[in-house]
Amino acid sequence: MAGAAARQGGDCLSANDWICAEYVRTRGQELTDATVEHVGITVASVLLALLVAFPLALAARRWQRAYGPVLGLTTVLYTVPSLAMYALLLPLFGVGAAVVVTGLVLYSLTVLVRNILAGLESVPEEAREAARGMGYGPYRLLFGVELPLALPALMAGVRIATVSAVALTTVGAIVGYGGLGNLIYDGMDSFFRAQVLTASVICVLLAVLADVLLLGVQRLLTPWARTRGSGRRRTGADTADGAAPDTAGADGANGGVRAAPEPAGKGA
Amino acid sequence: MSFFLDAWTWLITGANWTGGDGVTHRLAEHLYLTVVCLGIACAVALPVALWLGHVGRGGALAVNISNVGRAVPTFAVLVLLTLSPLGKHGDLPTIIALVLFALPPLLTNAYVGMREADRDVVEAARGMGMSGWQLLGRVEVPLAFPLIMTGVRSAAVQVVATATLAALPGGGGLGRIITAGFGTYDTPQVVAGAALVAALALLVEGVLVVAERLLDPMRGRRTSAKTPASGTLRGGGRSGKPESPSHSPSTAGGFDEKVIPAQPTS
Repeated sequence: MAGAAARQGGDCLSANDWICAEYVRTRGQELTDATVEHVGITVASVLLALLVAFPLALAARRWQRAYGPVLGLTTVLYTVPSLAMYALLLPLFGVGAAVVVTGLVLYSLTVLVRNILAGLESVPEEAREAARGMGYGPYRLLFGVELPLALPALMAGVRIATVSAVALTTVGAIVGYGGLGNLIYDGMDSFFRAQVLTASVICVLLAVLADVLLLGVQRLLTPWARTRGSGRRRTGADTADGAAPDTAGADGANGGVRAAPEPAGKGA
Repeated sequence: MSFFLDAWTWLITGANWTGGDGVTHRLAEHLYLTVVCLGIACAVALPVALWLGHVGRGGALAVNISNVGRAVPTFAVLVLLTLSPLGKHGDLPTIIALVLFALPPLLTNAYVGMREADRDVVEAARGMGMSGWQLLGRVEVPLAFPLIMTGVRSAAVQVVATATLAALPGGGGLGRIITAGFGTYDTPQVVAGAALVAALALLVEGVLVVAERLLDPMRGRRTSAKTPASGTLRGGGRSGKPESPSHSPSTAGGFDEKVIPAQPTS
């Protein structure tokens, strides 16, 4: 039995089939390494992008004069093709994962800045007034009231940025740091079908998994949004009263991202 | 910064523009791919989206397709198609991949635009006895036009950008200048190629903005409806277009027209 299975497995490798269990079995380590690199690049870039996007969004909100340039610049960056982006960053950073991470950070900025801004703008004035009346200073207002209310829009942005980053990381193969993209790239050169298909499928699965995970995080962080289903949205939300319904478009069921202005999907 | 000077030198060198690997030929290939794919994608997506929007069905489909589209790496699809039997047919894998990736923004924006068309106006038109087709052609599509065109612009920019990847499996287009530069460690050429693609994307976007202005069926009338604020803020260097007036304030922040408004259905 085992012999037959092995022979069949070997056959699918030599026959260059699309689906090949033998490939997954013998090259498991390679697949794992590539997946780890892929996840690492994606996570690093989204976290860095959040760190950069947050002050940018706050600045754009605080100073009207910064609004146009911040949004304009991030939008222009978004139109640069990924291959070109990595190519342009190459002379600045040299060959390395930094090129890919930086490129992904620049792309994610567009989505994140927009969504953070949209989230903050959707906080109802009454909530702000109430907090001020209770003696909240600007920082407590921001972190205690505005940010929690902006969270659904922010998380929608993080989800878009993450899913796009997972897909765009593959192009990093051009500089040798594309995670699963490296396997796709090598498979393309050697016409190794099983490798290309397996890596592609894992890549899509990663994107879906990341989206579901982030959705779970969002639901944990916004417990007040969940009471909406029972039609009693006012129960849990003392300060959040009335704010959640509009921004919290991203309630789980549909998985739709619709809380905030959103640039077109970044496919390449 | 000397990279950019070297790249500029590369760009203004006449020899780099001629021949089979020259900029002129690659630019023509790139434009050909863009126009063909955008044309096919519009021909497929717009009728479907307009009809779905008109009858008010399939909203979840239209929105979720764009979410799915984001998760699938273009590069992987391109390579998969190239290794499949389709790969023997020249540009066909590239064209299929590009059309697939142009569909989501077209579908979503056109559908949302149709649903966002002012319901009162649509009802009034229906009350005046307009037939379904008249309603579609004379009320809903003109009202949805800005968002439809936003979708077309997103798709166009996306196709220009994505067509670059065609070079990785050995297709044509400006991406070849970048990959060739990689192959020979010619950094100025890489930077020059990247700059060319970015410039082309912005140019295509600009042309479509102008086309939109000229083709808008509600040209001159829409301005009266827009709020003063929405026109003054500019996003992405393109002048702020009038938001379609029915956007809910919570979703249309008023800063850019690339807006997929919240929750089109239910």
